[in-house]
Amino acid sequence: MAMTTSGTATVTLPSDTQILITREFAAPRHLVYKAWTTPELVRRWWHANRGEMASCEIDLRVGGTWRYAMVTPDGLEVAFHGEYREIVPNERLVSTEVYEGIPDAEEHAALDTLTLTELDGRTTLTVLVEHPTMEGRDMHINSGMEDGMQDAMDRLEEVCVSLG
Amino acid sequence: MARAATTADAFNAVAEVRRREILDVLAGGERPVNDLVVQLGLAQPQVSKHLRVLREVGVVDVRESGRQRLYRLNGNALKPIHDWVKEYERTWSERFDQLDVVLEDLMEKEEDDGNDD
Repeated sequence: MAMTTSGTATVTLPSDTQILITREFAAPRHLVYKAWTTPELVRRWWHANRGEMASCEIDLRVGGTWRYAMVTPDGLEVAFHGEYREIVPNERLVSTEVYEGIPDAEEHAALDTLTLTELDGRTTLTVLVEHPTMEGRDMHINSGMEDGMQDAMDRLEEVCVSLG
Repeated sequence: MARAATTADAFNAVAEVRRREILDVLAGGERPVNDLVVQLGLAQPQVSKHLRVLREVGVVDVRESGRQRLYRLNGNALKPIHDWVKEYERTWSERFDQLDVVLEDLMEKEEDDGNDD
């Protein structure tokens, strides 16, 4: 039986327009890739226990589109879609990402780069989300939350934590 | 869409890269304005202007010490920013916890299939 507890996701903001999500998994990367790109498998994890999956479409080819949607217990639909730009199976996946819950959503499309690296049967996953503007980035972080907000930085976070 | 005033809240105040640099320096401890001028390579009036914005939103505090005014970071004022990112992180953590379960199933299945992948 494999160990499944691999810690929590780490979210950092490397620049004004980027979000970087990192997480290690106790599985080889071809399985992480499979779980990431197979609709019936994505349906099992993407909702993050915040709602029921209403849609999960993946057309995995360059120029193909994807769309994930879930409905929260309040009846709110939270949906994202995008287009695949670059596909290196088991290693790297580049796609656009549009959060449908904001005005002029297409203009705020982000570019997401998934990378998977494997060491001793464990996989480090990173998702770099790059927005055209800081406002877009902040709205993205805010998806499913209230109010538009501006910026944050890791070292500031650390200071906050240390000061309680 | 008009941007909020820089002094509206901590989020707006730290949206400016120079002000974040000031906070980085102050994260290392209390400093007089001259230290900030040297470390940032900015003119004093600019540094003072940024400090004024940071003080207005409560991210930076100041006290008199002899002839000097010493500036220090107030971490509590930055907590809303911290919380904001944390909530996003929490969503991804729960998402990945579900993904762990999926991966465990896939690994068991692969073993059953005699590792033919």
